[in-house]
Amino acid sequence: MTLDTTTAKGAANRAAPVAASGDGAKRRPPPLLRSASAGRVSGLTLGVVVLWLSLIVLLPLAALTVTSFSDGWSGFWAAVTAPVALAALWTTILVSAVVAVLNVVVGTLIAWVLVRDEFWGKRFVDALIDLPFALPTIVASIVLLSLYGPNSPIGVELNATRWGLIVALAFVTLPFVVRSVQPVLIEVDRDVEQAAASLGASNWTIFRRVVLPTLAPAIISGGGLAFARAIGEYGSVVLIGGNIPRETQVASQYIQQQIEIDRPVNAAAVSVALLAISFATLLILRFFASRGQEREEKAT
Amino acid sequence: MISVTNANKRYGTFQALDDVSLEIPAGTLTALLGPSGSGKSTLLRAIAGLEDLDSGSVVIAGQDVTHVPPQRRGIGFVFQHYAAFKHMTVRDNVAFGLTIRKRPKAEISKRVDELLEVVGLAGFQHRYPAQLSGGQRQRMALARALAVDPQVLLLDEPFGALDAKVRDDLRRWLRRLHDEVHVTTVLVTHDQEEALDVADRIAVLNAGRIEQVGSPDELYEQPANPFVMSFLGSVSRLNGEVARPHDLRIERDQQRAAAEAQRTGVHVTEAVVERLVRLGFEVRVELSHTTHAGEQFFAQLTRAQAAELQLAIGDHVYVLPTRTLPTEEEFPALAV
Repeated sequence: MTLDTTTAKGAANRAAPVAASGDGAKRRPPPLLRSASAGRVSGLTLGVVVLWLSLIVLLPLAALTVTSFSDGWSGFWAAVTAPVALAALWTTILVSAVVAVLNVVVGTLIAWVLVRDEFWGKRFVDALIDLPFALPTIVASIVLLSLYGPNSPIGVELNATRWGLIVALAFVTLPFVVRSVQPVLIEVDRDVEQAAASLGASNWTIFRRVVLPTLAPAIISGGGLAFARAIGEYGSVVLIGGNIPRETQVASQYIQQQIEIDRPVNAAAVSVALLAISFATLLILRFFASRGQEREEKAT
Repeated sequence: MISVTNANKRYGTFQALDDVSLEIPAGTLTALLGPSGSGKSTLLRAIAGLEDLDSGSVVIAGQDVTHVPPQRRGIGFVFQHYAAFKHMTVRDNVAFGLTIRKRPKAEISKRVDELLEVVGLAGFQHRYPAQLSGGQRQRMALARALAVDPQVLLLDEPFGALDAKVRDDLRRWLRRLHDEVHVTTVLVTHDQEEALDVADRIAVLNAGRIEQVGSPDELYEQPANPFVMSFLGSVSRLNGEVARPHDLRIERDQQRAAAEAQRTGVHVTEAVVERLVRLGFEVRVELSHTTHAGEQFFAQLTRAQAAELQLAIGDHVYVLPTRTLPTEEEFPALAV
């Protein structure tokens, strides 16, 4: 709050130097010279931040939104509710939700094993988790296709099915839950679990009633990020998904297709819909995070 | 009653417990006292089942629990750092053991109210652990441990994380609680004052072995070996005798000192006053031997005694013990 006011002052000073020097004669020498100069510096930083975010995020989004409404509200609505578009959106949300849940379960399990168990090659496995972050997603797609594609060496052909999408997205979003749960789990106080054991709690009860509530915020945020990422994923699903409209076509592929057949308004409209979903997901995450923080603050 | 027989525990090359056998009578409050690394916590955790022994057995109330998990040993355990369930209210923390035993709601509620009353947290039911002070958190942890009616209550340095004043209060409070509840209690501590203050019996551990077991008085007055002697309190080494600093008498007059020494059959030590420290009601007189120059010891006097002697730094005095402890050479004969 205080930072805001000083930066605003700094910005105002910069914006209107003439006015400032004009009544400078009447003003006493400012007692807050130091903070005023500090305000000017943070005003500059704020300016850079705003400019950068505008160029990179806000203006393109605004332009996109404007394009999507270039045929008016009804045009936008028609584009989003076109059966194929709707099917693509639905497939995207469904598959992403499944992947998020899958990640929540398996990711937590992996984090648990990495923190609590000692085994040969643990460091290697730990490093492996980050691979999907580093690998170009199209490479992931080819890798998965070679195992689960046509002529699969293990006889599992998932290409052009929703299962294929799920596998591809699960691969890409693997690190999110693991990496958010791991540090929290490391910090968990083992005494607390032993206390629960001494009170008669079984291992499952200890996990459910003592450990899980501690991990929940990390699990939710990891799951949420995985979901948001899956919603917009393109590269990893482009080969294995098969791009079959109303079946395995995801929203990002639909957008690509609409661009190719020169329907920019349709593409923009579905993009805005995706944007809204991602934004809502992040808002919900923020809500959970701030609620957790509030509880902690209330507690301290 | 708890009995531990021939307990051994090794961590790599470190022998935490070295053939330890200990009997803890029912209804007593026993302190396991020792320096860090002496194995006292390992012994307590072995009784709780939180640590598996390499060999040896643990029997609680006639039942061999050596291979029974902590869940089914009928114990209550209190940790140094409270081990509170942070996401639960005080009430839910205390109720935890009963809730997972699926007791009727009304019964749980009644028992929790009772316990919160006992530990003095009646108004704090809906707070979270982080909203409590350290002392309150530890009392909550104690109520939580007592809620399941344990056969034995095990406390691992329960006051170690608290400041001096709170520690004193809580210690006294624990003693009173024990006198009311009579549950067999084992307390681990490295603080000899705490052990002497609160326990009926003390087991002194050192380097994975039990050095001596006995009442606080026995251990203080008749230590079995030099370790117990110096661990349980300060020791002043005089010419030919060893004594507790409060068992020293200071005389200014050589003749009187010599006569008194002859009467009681002790030696007189000549010393110079180096420093006078007033610690509340007592005055600590730091002295140095005049014969073996440089060697120091100290005496504890009451304020009245100090005032009467009118001591000043640099004074030449004669010190004699009113009660002596065995000297190091005498111990082997006494050793059990």
